[in-house]
Amino acid sequence: MNGRWRRWLLAGLCVVVVIAAIYFPKLKRRVKTTAHITQPSEEQARRELTPPSPASASDPIVKARMFWASDEDESALAPVAVDLALSPDPVLRAKQVLNTLLAGPVSSDLRTLPPDAALLAFYLLADGTGVADFSEALGTSTPSGIQSEQLAVDSIARTLEANVPQVKRLKILIHGQEVDTLAGHLDLTQMFVVNRKATQPPTFSFGRPLKPAAASPAPAGSEPAVSAASKTTKR
Amino acid sequence: MVVLDPAHGGTDPGARGAQGIRESDLVIELTFLVRRALEATGFQVLQTRNGNENPSFDDRSTLANAQRGAVFVTLHISSTGLPGTVRVYSLPDMPSRASVGGILSWDFAQASYVTLSRKFGDAVQAQLAQRFKGSPSNVQAASVRQLRTTAAPAIAVELSSVSVQDRGDLDKMMPGVADAIARGLTVFRPSYVLPSEAGARQ
Repeated sequence: MNGRWRRWLLAGLCVVVVIAAIYFPKLKRRVKTTAHITQPSEEQARRELTPPSPASASDPIVKARMFWASDEDESALAPVAVDLALSPDPVLRAKQVLNTLLAGPVSSDLRTLPPDAALLAFYLLADGTGVADFSEALGTSTPSGIQSEQLAVDSIARTLEANVPQVKRLKILIHGQEVDTLAGHLDLTQMFVVNRKATQPPTFSFGRPLKPAAASPAPAGSEPAVSAASKTTKR
Repeated sequence: MVVLDPAHGGTDPGARGAQGIRESDLVIELTFLVRRALEATGFQVLQTRNGNENPSFDDRSTLANAQRGAVFVTLHISSTGLPGTVRVYSLPDMPSRASVGGILSWDFAQASYVTLSRKFGDAVQAQLAQRFKGSPSNVQAASVRQLRTTAAPAIAVELSSVSVQDRGDLDKMMPGVADAIARGLTVFRPSYVLPSEAGARQ
C-alpha cells in the first residue's frame, strides 16, 4: 500500500470517528428513552392491571351525584347531578363514580382532587369496607392544608355515599400503602364512615357538624352546599 | 401550661406559596407572637420546636402528654381558603375503644378530651371571627393527625393562606391571631376540668 492510499484510509477513518462521536450521544439518548418506555413503572403496571371501568352498553344511565367544590364557597362541597352509565356491581360502580370525580367538573376551579391523581384499584370487603387505592399524586398534588385535604376526602366519601350504598366505610391507600396523612395534615390511618345510616351507631364520627352551618345558596341544578369538615365521618 | 406546636419544619416546609412563602417558616414566627401574648396573660408556654427542626407527630404529642393540665395548639397556614380568614379545628368523636381497662390508648389519646377541645376551639374561633371577617363563628371538625395522639384539650389554628401575593398580608394577621388565642384561652380556662377529676366528682 503506497503512502497516498494510506492517507486516504486515515482520512476515511477520521471521518468515521467524527460521525460516530456526533451520533453516539443521540443513540444513547434514544436507547434510554426506549428503555424508559418499555419498562413501565410499578404504578403504570398497576394502572394497566386495573384500567378505568368503561361503561357497558347494558349499564343504565342514572343521575349520579358528584361532590365537587361549591362555586359559592370554596370551603364547601356541592352535589352536581351528572348523567352516567353506572354498573349495578358496587365495585365497578365505585370505580366509575370515582373516576368521574377525578376527571373533575366543567370548571377546573371547582376540582377537589388533583388532575394527575388516578384511582389504581377499588376493593369492597364483605363488611362494607371500601378500599380505594390512589396513585401517589393524590398525596403529592393535593394542596397542603387542613381545609383542602378535608375537602378532598369529603368529596370522595360523599360521592361514594350518594352513589354506592353498599360502601359503608372507606379506607384510603396511596400506591397500595397506608400513609399517615394525605398531604401533611389529614389523618389517613383511620377509616372514614361513608354510609352513616348503615353504620349506626357511629363509633368514630369524623366530620359531624359541630353546630349547624349556615346553608349556602345552591347552585343551579344542584343541592345546597355542604361545608367541608362537616359531613365525612371516620372511625 | 400551653404547648404551642409550630407545624412542619426541617425537610418538611408544609404549604408553599408562589412568592417563596413557606408555612414552616411563618408558623414559627406566629408561635413566638402567640407565646408573647400568652405569657403576658400569665400562661406558661412550651414549644414543640424552636427552630427549623421537624419532630414527629408522636414526639410533639409526647411533650403535651407529659404535662398535667396542659392545652395544645398546633399552628398552620393553608394553601387554600379565603385570604385573611382563620379557622379552628378540633377532632370529631372518637371510638369507645379509646380506653381499655382505664388505660388510654395512645392512638386515641384525644378521645377523652374531644368535648373540652370543642369548647376551647369555640372560644378561640369566636375571638378570631370578631377580628377576621369571613372566618367561621364556630370550631370545625376535621381529622387532623396531630390532634389524635394528644391527651389534652387540643386545637389546630389555620390561617389562609400562603397564596397571598404579599407576605406582609400574613404578617399583619399574626398579632391579631396571637391575641385571639390568648383571649380565647382565658375564656376557656374556667371550664377546663380534667376528665379524671370530672369523673371523680360525679
